[in-house]
Amino acid sequence: MVQYQTVHLDASFAALSDATRRGVLDELGRADASITELAGKFHMTLTGMKKHVGVLEQAGLVATAKIGRVRTCTLGPRRLAEEVAWIEDYRQRWASRFDALDRVIEELKQKEKVYGRARKD
Amino acid sequence: MGAQGKTEPASGKNHTTVERKSERELVVTRTFNGPVRIVFEAWTKPELLKQWWAPKSFGVSFISCEADVRTGDTYRFVFGHPAAEQPMAFFGRYIDVVPHARIVWTNDEDGEGGAVTTVTFEERGGETLVVMHDLYPSKEALDAAIASGSTSGFCETFEQLDELLAT
Repeated sequence: MVQYQTVHLDASFAALSDATRRGVLDELGRADASITELAGKFHMTLTGMKKHVGVLEQAGLVATAKIGRVRTCTLGPRRLAEEVAWIEDYRQRWASRFDALDRVIEELKQKEKVYGRARKD
Repeated sequence: MGAQGKTEPASGKNHTTVERKSERELVVTRTFNGPVRIVFEAWTKPELLKQWWAPKSFGVSFISCEADVRTGDTYRFVFGHPAAEQPMAFFGRYIDVVPHARIVWTNDEDGEGGAVTTVTFEERGGETLVVMHDLYPSKEALDAAIASGSTSGFCETFEQLDELLAT
C-alpha cells in the first residue's frame, strides 16, 4: 500500500512537472474538453496532446472516454475521491445537526400532547 | 458527478443522504418523525433553531441567533469558540418563505460565491421529508468549496485551532 502510494505520487509529480500538463488540468477544472479542443488551445498537434493526456491519465489525474469519434477528457478519479470524502464529511455534519433536530421535534410533540390534553380537560 | 455519501449504519436514527446532483448543486435529504407544522416550527423559531443548528460535536456555541423567517427578511447567526478571539457570523436573506412548505435563503458571508439554499417540507403519513438543496452560482464556486475542505465554514477552522492548542 505504501509502495503503491509512492509509485502513485511519483507518477503525479512527473505528470505535473510539465507546464502544458498543468495547463490541461487547469482547463479541465473549468470544463471537460476533447483532445482536439485541448490541442487547439495549447497550439499543439493531436499526437502531442494525446501523449500529454496519456501521462495525466496514468497518474489518475485525468480520465478519458470515447463517445463516437471524439475522446473527451475530464478530471480523473483522484479528484473524485477528494469529492467523495468531502461529501461524506458534509453528510456527517448534517446528520449530527438533524439528530439534534430529532430531539427538538420530540420535545415539541410532547408539549403539544400535554397542551392538547390540557385544553380538552 | 454523482458522488454520494455513504448511508449510515443502523442506529435507530433516520438516514441523512447527500448527493452532488449536478456541477452546481448539492442535495441533502432526511425524514423526521413528526408532522410538518412541528418540523417547520423548529426551522423558523430562533429559540428552537439554536437548540439544533450547532450541536455539541461542532465545538461552537451560539452567541446570537436572529432570524425573521419571512420573505424579504434576514438572518444572522453568530458563533463563538473558547479558543477563538473573533466570533464568526453567517448571514443572508430569506428570498421565499411559504409556511409549512418551503424556505429559500441566500448565504452571503462569502460574498458572491455563496449558495442559495432551498429547503422543502413534505408531510407523508405523519412524517416529514426535508430536502435541502444548495445551488452554487457556478461549478467553480462549488468546486472551490470542496477544494477548500470546508464543509460548514467554522468547524474546520476551530478544529485546526484545537489541534494547534493541543500541541
